[in-house]
Amino acid sequence: MNYLASFIFAVILVAGIGFFVWNIKKLIRNIKLGKEVDANDNKAQRWKNMIRIALGQQKMVVRPVAGFLHIIVYLGFIIINIEVLEIIMDGLFGTHRLFSDFGTVYNVLIGSFEILALLVFVSVIIFWIRRNIKRIQRFIKPEMKGWPKQDGNMILYFEMILMGLFLIMNGADYQLQLMGAEHYVKAGAFPVSQFLEPILSGLSEGTLIIIERTAWWLHIIGILIFLNYLYYSKHLHILLAFPNTYFGKLNEKGQLDNLESVTKEVQLMLDPNADPFAAPQENEEEAAPEKFGASDVLDLNQIQLLNAYTCTECGRCTSECPANQTGKKLSPRKIMMDTRDRLEEVGKNIDANQGEFKDDGKQLLDNYITREEIWACTTCNACVEACPVSIDPLSIIIEMRRYLVMEQSAAPVELNNMMSNIENNGAPWPYNQMDRLNWKDEA
Amino acid sequence: MSETLKVPTMAEFLAEGKQPEILFWVGSAGSYDDRAKKITKAFVKILNRAQVDFAVLGSEESSTGDVAKRAGNEFLFQMQAMTNIEMLNAYEVKRIVTCDPHSFNCLKNEYPGLGGHYEVLHHTQFIKELIESGKLSIEGKNYEGKRITFHDPCYLGRANREYNAPREVLQTLNAKLIEMKRSKSRALCCGAGGAQMFKEPEKGDLDINIMRTEDALKVNPDIIATGCPYCNTMMTDGIKNKEKESEIAVMDVAELIASAQNL
Repeated sequence: MNYLASFIFAVILVAGIGFFVWNIKKLIRNIKLGKEVDANDNKAQRWKNMIRIALGQQKMVVRPVAGFLHIIVYLGFIIINIEVLEIIMDGLFGTHRLFSDFGTVYNVLIGSFEILALLVFVSVIIFWIRRNIKRIQRFIKPEMKGWPKQDGNMILYFEMILMGLFLIMNGADYQLQLMGAEHYVKAGAFPVSQFLEPILSGLSEGTLIIIERTAWWLHIIGILIFLNYLYYSKHLHILLAFPNTYFGKLNEKGQLDNLESVTKEVQLMLDPNADPFAAPQENEEEAAPEKFGASDVLDLNQIQLLNAYTCTECGRCTSECPANQTGKKLSPRKIMMDTRDRLEEVGKNIDANQGEFKDDGKQLLDNYITREEIWACTTCNACVEACPVSIDPLSIIIEMRRYLVMEQSAAPVELNNMMSNIENNGAPWPYNQMDRLNWKDEA
Repeated sequence: MSETLKVPTMAEFLAEGKQPEILFWVGSAGSYDDRAKKITKAFVKILNRAQVDFAVLGSEESSTGDVAKRAGNEFLFQMQAMTNIEMLNAYEVKRIVTCDPHSFNCLKNEYPGLGGHYEVLHHTQFIKELIESGKLSIEGKNYEGKRITFHDPCYLGRANREYNAPREVLQTLNAKLIEMKRSKSRALCCGAGGAQMFKEPEKGDLDINIMRTEDALKVNPDIIATGCPYCNTMMTDGIKNKEKESEIAVMDVAELIASAQNL
């Protein structure tokens, strides 16, 4: 009997972890569809950023209420996972509370898990109220309708159920310990679940064992389901926040990258000795002319695609965006969600076509992100500053502008006028360059 | 005007075989826009008063290409940048100061990758330096007790994390500095960045500059101080829209410093 339970446990565990790994491999493959980007510089600073921003939650507390609650849930998640280790070992070896030999340390641990579980439970309920009753602005924006809203609530329900099962499991265990039931060693401290006594104390040993075992199994199965839910939800940030903050931008926020492909062409144009009609060198390969900017996810780089998977749709970017605040269509969060959704679509296309992407007549620009959104950005970096996990929506907006201007010549008319002024007379207005110093003598 | 402005050019310096300590990058707005020209002149008065050894490029100056880059035209940006860098390097420029945070950001962060390595300062940083080194002392009491609120330009603040220099300079006026609810890293944009200055905004409920002006009005200032010609235009328009132009002035930090001593 015991062997059978251990066997079933092992099968569920391997299946649960295996399916998750299978999906994560797909995720990594999808991210690698993006252009390679060199981020091997300044490793010390990158580690520091990861520790400060992801591990240390530094940017979460910019908004104190949400930040405080998030830290509770985050700590709960990490610390209660120590208990999951014991649960897995117990499951595999058919033991019960394997770590209880640690005595006092064990009691302190179990006791603190319980307190954390309660705090997480309460925090998650407050989160739910903020989303569904208080209806905080950033959670009810247009891009949050339908699945994103359900997804947000699903995650909260998952956490409530998992914490509930954990406490019920402990509560029943505690009653069994008091009864001196066989196998239920006296171990652990139960500062929270002891209060379940009024409900549980009248029950027979057999019923209590059923409750304890059911809660134990549902708890671990729930964890495995939740693990596998991650890939299909916005909740991947609990893992990807770490690599994402590591690969986050190190330069000043104001610095946009200079396109190297453009540099080569401009150098050639400005070089008086260059022969524009020169035949290509023998050994020079006939590379296809590089596309400037991005119209689809494959034109973006790997960090930008990682950004898209990392986004957990908290909407801090959108609520700080001046365009969004004044009723424009642009929402930096939607830029990230669209990028992720399109990347998933491309990934599925590749899966369905034996590893090769077959043109589906769609792209990120126009089918997901409209030009109206792209042109509403003031490049103010408020979204980049606001993101608690170092996502850079602005870089994607700029790439799409580059595509529109350099590949499509599709800038708004006023901007085309401004740019031809710069070309003709070195200023965005139609004034003569010779008059640049006239101000000196004006009264 | 009490005295004529001394504005030597790099070409004049070169003709005399000399090299100025700093290049004042005037920028397109500072050269042509009527409101921004006043900022340019105020800053030159400060430079003259502090006897700073500086020069401008005059008709050799051209757009940094910043706004073209933000509009997505990387070609035009790099054409402008490389042409400018060639000239700046030919003049052996080491230090640049500018009143425009957009030029500041572009010259400081985006020119090095194309071969232009200079120490670049925003004029509020430079004024702070002049005050600290004793080359400039603020004696006037024109703004004593006035309520001044500083609007952080995105490209000075968030983009380059310079929040203190303009505030430290404003401190010397003995005015009452008050902060808007959103300031420094969380300051709201004036609405002009990212080439918005040159186009109509997309459809929405409100213009961004009006929203930012409302932020400022909430703290009941006598003066809204800025450090950017574009912010200045946007906030001035906002104040006009609210019909407050007789009560509230929108002024650049350089103008406040210059007029504090009746320069």
